[in-house]
Amino acid sequence: MRRVNSQQELEALREEIRKARDPNQALVTICTGTGCHAYGCMNIVSAFKREIEKAGLSGKVGIRTTGCHGFCERGPLVVIYPKRIFYQRVQMDDVAEIVNETLKNDKIIDRLLYTHPMTEEVAIFEPDVPFYGLQKRIIFGNNGLIDPTSLEDYLSIGGYAAFAKALFSMKPEEVVEEVKKSGLRGRGGGGFPTGRKWESCRNAKGDKKYVICNADEGDPGAYMDRSLLEGNPHSVLEGMLIGAYAIGSDEGYIYVRNEYPLAVKHAEIAIAALKEAGLLGDNILGSGFSFDIHINRGGGAFVCGESTALVASIEGRVGEPRSKYIHLSESGLWGKPTNLNNVETWANVPVIIDKGADWYSQIGTEGSKGTKIFSLVGKVNNTGLVEVPMGITLREIIFDIGGGVPGGKKFKAVQTGGPSGGCIPESLIDMPVDFDKLKEVGSMMGSGGMIVMDETTCMVDVAKYFVDFLKGESCGKCTPCREGLLRMSQILADITEGRGREGDIELLEELGVVMKDASLCGLGQTAPNPVLSTIKYFRDEYEAHIKEKRCPAGVCKALITYEIDPDKCTGCGACKRNCPVDCISGEKKEPHTIDQSKCIKCGTCKDVCKFDAVTVK
Amino acid sequence: MAKVQLTIDGRTVEAEEGAMLLQVARDAGADIPTLCHNDEVKPYGACRMCMIEVEEHGRTRLVTSCTYPVKEGISVTTRSDRIFRNRKMIVELLLARCYKVPEIRAMAADYGIDVENSRFQVREDTCILCGLCVRVCDEVVGVHAIGFAGRGPDRVPTPPFKEPSQFCIACGACVYVCPVDAIKMVQTPESRTIKRWQRTLPMKVCKVCGEPFMPEYQIEYFTKRAKVPEDFFEVCPNCR
Amino acid sequence: MSPDKIDAILDRYDRNPAQLIPILQDVQAAENYLPREALEAISEKLDIPLVRLYSVATFYKAFSLDPRGKHIIQVCMGTACHVRGAPRILDKMIRDLGVQPGKTTKDMAFTLETVNCLGACALGPIVVVDGEYHGQMTSPKWDKIYKTLKKAEG
Repeated sequence: MRRVNSQQELEALREEIRKARDPNQALVTICTGTGCHAYGCMNIVSAFKREIEKAGLSGKVGIRTTGCHGFCERGPLVVIYPKRIFYQRVQMDDVAEIVNETLKNDKIIDRLLYTHPMTEEVAIFEPDVPFYGLQKRIIFGNNGLIDPTSLEDYLSIGGYAAFAKALFSMKPEEVVEEVKKSGLRGRGGGGFPTGRKWESCRNAKGDKKYVICNADEGDPGAYMDRSLLEGNPHSVLEGMLIGAYAIGSDEGYIYVRNEYPLAVKHAEIAIAALKEAGLLGDNILGSGFSFDIHINRGGGAFVCGESTALVASIEGRVGEPRSKYIHLSESGLWGKPTNLNNVETWANVPVIIDKGADWYSQIGTEGSKGTKIFSLVGKVNNTGLVEVPMGITLREIIFDIGGGVPGGKKFKAVQTGGPSGGCIPESLIDMPVDFDKLKEVGSMMGSGGMIVMDETTCMVDVAKYFVDFLKGESCGKCTPCREGLLRMSQILADITEGRGREGDIELLEELGVVMKDASLCGLGQTAPNPVLSTIKYFRDEYEAHIKEKRCPAGVCKALITYEIDPDKCTGCGACKRNCPVDCISGEKKEPHTIDQSKCIKCGTCKDVCKFDAVTVK
Repeated sequence: MAKVQLTIDGRTVEAEEGAMLLQVARDAGADIPTLCHNDEVKPYGACRMCMIEVEEHGRTRLVTSCTYPVKEGISVTTRSDRIFRNRKMIVELLLARCYKVPEIRAMAADYGIDVENSRFQVREDTCILCGLCVRVCDEVVGVHAIGFAGRGPDRVPTPPFKEPSQFCIACGACVYVCPVDAIKMVQTPESRTIKRWQRTLPMKVCKVCGEPFMPEYQIEYFTKRAKVPEDFFEVCPNCR
Repeated sequence: MSPDKIDAILDRYDRNPAQLIPILQDVQAAENYLPREALEAISEKLDIPLVRLYSVATFYKAFSLDPRGKHIIQVCMGTACHVRGAPRILDKMIRDLGVQPGKTTKDMAFTLETVNCLGACALGPIVVVDGEYHGQMTSPKWDKIYKTLKKAEG
């Protein structure tokens, strides 16, 4: 790629790239996000290369590997342009047929199409798949169109036009105003108005300023930022360039979680390509604006998603937060004014500058503008990443887009906001999703994790899970968080192991109130939320554990027993053979029994029984 | 530095802009407890005992007064049910960790906590994790012999690799500054031991009065750092 | 770890003490853990107090001060994997390998670790063996994997 030294040269390059591409040429796009990697998508890519050559179609049919499309439940995903034929759950063995039937002969392979599990409607083309059709993918949609390692691809869909617009036809203050007007709020969890944050950093004293991209996405179950950074790193970089110009910064950092090697790789490739093209470095496009970016990897600490801990980590120290009475925008990295934003927040910026704040603020609700990408996971049919306008209801997300709860089970609750959020019960799922509404019901938007739970999920176990997670991630500096989480963990262990006592619920609530009030950072302040929200909406479950020593959902090992139903048992012996403690006895073809005194509740017998004869009480 | 005006418990007070609220409030007569604060080191904001209410632009919040810079027009409340409720729980939690430590037991009794019947499973740690030992060794003495290892409830101040310290100069600053006497120092005519860091150093004896006055290792350390003549430490400060 | 190897890593980062975490990450990538000698050498060469290196090494979960096994087996403990039964799979693996998470088998063949959410939630529960993702894990599936691993180790 050649170097471009002015806005005109950039546009000329873009024209050239576009002219060289025939939109009517057949193009096979294959999702190669991390999820699809686990499905073996790279084998499918190789298979396509082989088969296309074999069929004599090289040069006539293009292949493009893309980032995550979002419909993770149905991967591996193959979308064939120009018609956008949508094939799902593609196996390596299907590839030859796809090449010979669909590519050569224009024939659709029905078994690879998406069929709605309830209506049985079949979708042939991507926009007709209800999972996508009901979303508003203004940010995430581009993932399916580009190879994340190709700057040309990003330029061909209009990339860096917004940056050039800001650089050459807007003053920095005007860029800040536009972002303010859009109503964009931080997508990392805090929901702070982005434009205001930029403004205070812009107005802070000092010539040296930093911008940071927080890619430390630590909420378990949330992987939107990873998929954005892996699948469209340029959208994030473009946002950072626009922000740096608006704020007056010449140096930026992307702080990526240690567990995201592919995101780091793609970001590095993107940065190298920008440097080569002259879109990063000194005097970009001849504007006088200079900017450089570094990538720092995390060390495996959830707390480093907190802005002051993140900064400490970049400075080579342990991730201990500090109080924010003096904001980062005044004194942050190396004591300089610093603007930190989340990955998704940065990715929204080019869209706002390109289409304008007026267009953007039409989407969403009064207090929450734009869209939000959620990771819809857990007990849901259509596990994946969904982008929806703020204000859509939880029901629409979970049932219409998500396809409801698998196995005919009953929906119980949805957890939003990760370890900082709360559980929302069925009675509230018609509520609109927006920053303020979620806070009102005792949860929060958080980074966008949405974990669906059904009747087989124990809400006390869920609270214990989050508390144990946070206890392991607490930095340990301040008393309320360090000691509070330790004690909450012990009380919840007691409750789930049959040692719960009267007063435990009240003690958890009392600890929660002080932790919220007195902890130093957001980790401790929001840690009580999963506990307090499950107590609020599922108190009866806590009471069953404490008063009756019973786990209604059948999860807590100490409170359940595994039993073999003599009517269903065929005496096949599978359970007996697999039992790790040899506590199952029985003759061949006779019903077997479990010796409760030896049973360790591992559940293996239930796993291996082909006759559904093992019940949990 | 500019001066600002603020109210503390209803009274108007003047202070330097940017001064920490803890000292300003104490100067105005407020009684604010602290555990992790010491004037010789940078404020840390870890124990949370010094939290008081600050009203600013119509919004009231709790802040750690040791790290909060005063501003014009804020209204401070140093005593309230909310403030006491939080302090009491913090002390109750510290008591559950350091159940036998006399200073914490006394503090708990002051807060009306039933010391004999803890609501939590008690431990008999001696350290309240205030960080003063580490901070003093880093910021004042500059030896950096100890630091925090790990994170969360298992965090602990220690020499590297949790082994006997090889850098400690047995100056005793950490012993002096620990609010709960968790670091013991033992002095004999021949040597000084900082028990918690397992550091025993032979003492230098004064040429004049014959009393042991400083660990030899410490003398080597200061001689190198301060570049004083070799025989400077042959005589103890009293005899000098 | 040879002094030359350490110097090469330090030079990669301009011997800048602020780059301590990336430096340690490179050391761990090279040696599969953080050897004590490496920490002592870095402390001397960059004039960073040894206890600060120890603090950083024990704060961040990515670092191990103990040598790790030939095969690293990681179980995702994300929320989605949790509700899909990851704890039971982990219990079985603990029984089979005979070590707790974070520890290595005596023959140095296997290290069992828990990791925070890997972001492949559609495939939960997920177990990663030597960097390879295995999704929709069940007890029988793990049995197969473990059998193959044991065979490879003889």
